[in-house]
Amino acid sequence: MANVLDIRNLNVHFSVRDGDVQAVSDVSLSVAKGECLGIVGESGSGKSQTFMAAMGLLATNGRATGEVNFHGQNVLTLSESARNTLRGNRMTMVFQDPMTSLTPHMRVGAQLTEVLQRHRGLDRTQAHQQAVAMLARVHIPEADRRMAMYPHELSGGLRQRVMIAMALLCGPELLIADEPTTALDVTVQAQILDVIREMKDTLNTAVVLITHDLGVIAGLADHVAVMYAGRIVETGAARDIFMVPKHPYTQSLLACTPRLDEVKRTSLTTIAGQPPNLEHLPTGCAFHPRCPYVMARCRTERPPLIGGKACFLDQLSLAS
Amino acid sequence: MSDVIFEGQPAGRSLWQDAWHRLSANKAAVVSLVILIVIALVSIFGPYFLPWRYDEIDWNHVEALPPNFALGHYLGTDTVGRDLLARTLMGGRVSLTVGLLATSVALIIGITVGSIAGFVGARVDQALMRFVDIMYVVPFTFLVIILMVMFGRNFVLMFIAIGAVEWLTMARIVRGQTLTLKHKEFIDAARASGGSTTNIILRHIIPNVLGVVIVYVTLTIPQVILFESFLSFLGLGVQEPMTSWGVLINEGAAELEINPRTLIVPAAFMTITLFCFNFLGDGLRDALDPNDR
Ligand SMILES: Nc1ncnc2c1ncn2[C@@H]1O[C@H](COP(=O)(O)OP(=O)(O)OP(=O)(O)O)[C@@H](O)[C@H]1O
Ligand SMILES: [Mg+2]
Repeated sequence: MANVLDIRNLNVHFSVRDGDVQAVSDVSLSVAKGECLGIVGESGSGKSQTFMAAMGLLATNGRATGEVNFHGQNVLTLSESARNTLRGNRMTMVFQDPMTSLTPHMRVGAQLTEVLQRHRGLDRTQAHQQAVAMLARVHIPEADRRMAMYPHELSGGLRQRVMIAMALLCGPELLIADEPTTALDVTVQAQILDVIREMKDTLNTAVVLITHDLGVIAGLADHVAVMYAGRIVETGAARDIFMVPKHPYTQSLLACTPRLDEVKRTSLTTIAGQPPNLEHLPTGCAFHPRCPYVMARCRTERPPLIGGKACFLDQLSLAS
Repeated sequence: MSDVIFEGQPAGRSLWQDAWHRLSANKAAVVSLVILIVIALVSIFGPYFLPWRYDEIDWNHVEALPPNFALGHYLGTDTVGRDLLARTLMGGRVSLTVGLLATSVALIIGITVGSIAGFVGARVDQALMRFVDIMYVVPFTFLVIILMVMFGRNFVLMFIAIGAVEWLTMARIVRGQTLTLKHKEFIDAARASGGSTTNIILRHIIPNVLGVVIVYVTLTIPQVILFESFLSFLGLGVQEPMTSWGVLINEGAAELEINPRTLIVPAAFMTITLFCFNFLGDGLRDALDPNDR
């Protein structure tokens, strides 16, 4: 199956007041049609910036190098107007906070139809009909009436559905969902994930699901990439990562994820130590100061990503 | 947070409608708005209903007459026998027009420059904002005098000149607002849906800065009116027999001891107008303040 998105050796730098930080280092990822790729990692690990770069949406102080191939076309070298014809049309993104993702003074309907008019050249009535149909598809009740509402009149869950509907309006080949459920309460989270799954299955969209919560992607992702300090530290089929994590960081992430099947849980585990500071990364493996299995070698040498893990340990299961 | 719409509140109520609702609950603001509308209407239409024109000299009484209903001088005349009410209303027309037009000029330039500088950022921002800084430093009165000398005293030129200064602050305000909006998720979302820079500035940035801008407009109009008075005071404003509140106050001030009426009448109109704009501005700020929601 041809890959919809193929990221090769992506680096993202930001120029900041005292120099330059590298938020994403040598990241390579791919996602195929109808497939879901889960991206996990703590806050600041570069999950969002990887895909902001892929969308060409980096802040003005950011630069991306490497390749982001979308159907074989390197997005990084495209002109802004060429990207604008891709964005919202063939590749789309849904953000974390549905409360602030819609323009406050525009009716929901106007924001949806604008996208269709822009990319599909539809007239108003056609655009309106298609937008209503899409709202109904993401299970928004009374879709027609919601079109006339303003964002502040909708709940968070509904707004996120509107965002997903907006992202799917033009039938994109790629949907990037950046922590789409983090800002929502648990029951709504599950509904939103259901909507994403359903859309992935019915529309055959390639989905990238970014989260810091492994539980969120457990039921949805086919493949998972775990990021730490801007690098991929482990990648593989979702089931393998959940069953036999190969990197100590993945293992600690799993230990932090509350499991519904473990009833007698006393307290939540957290990963010891501070998340890394990109401006002062530790030498060697960036995770070594927090790693329970740290070896002398880890402090000086950076483990390359081989066989789906970036770790010198031969077998994590033996070490633990 | 619920998606139940409050009873009696129809769905599809914009933030503007909410703000209007809050504004109409503010007595001082509503009264001010009504007074302003009345002053504007009276200034526009009043002169047609008066027996005397603003530039007509009552040759039988070439002197400052006290109010005299029989002669149709409801507020008396000025020292050369022109009807004071007619002149004050005409002056109101001029002052309000200058206020509105110059503010519109400031608004258009300020919003354009501010939003582009803020949104595009980097070099464009640097270039535009340094230009604004330089303009700030130019002694403005001096500039206006040069313009007036070069092009002659001229009504259009005056409001262009005033607008050309007032836009500087407007541009800074709009730029500041744009910078905070730029990092909001809805701007990223708009870009992620393929919106071009122009589209985003026009549809997503400018409508969102309008709230702040409108408050500033209500503060700018009185500033411009005062500025026009100042220019008139220097003899650079409108030309006789055309008049403005500034010109009238200037003339009245000279007569303060003999005929305080010629100062009090235009000064009262102008003061009330300025006060009303300020109250309205305060009310608008409260009504539009998103933190209050
Ligand atoms: N415009 C910018 N200038 C400088 N540094 C930036 C900029 N944008 C992001 N960064 C830095 O890049 C790093 C990665 O950020 P990113 O948003 O990708 O994290 P994330 O993994 O998505 O985290 P979160 O879970 O909090 O969303 C962070 O350390 C952040 O401070
Ligand atoms: Mg993020």
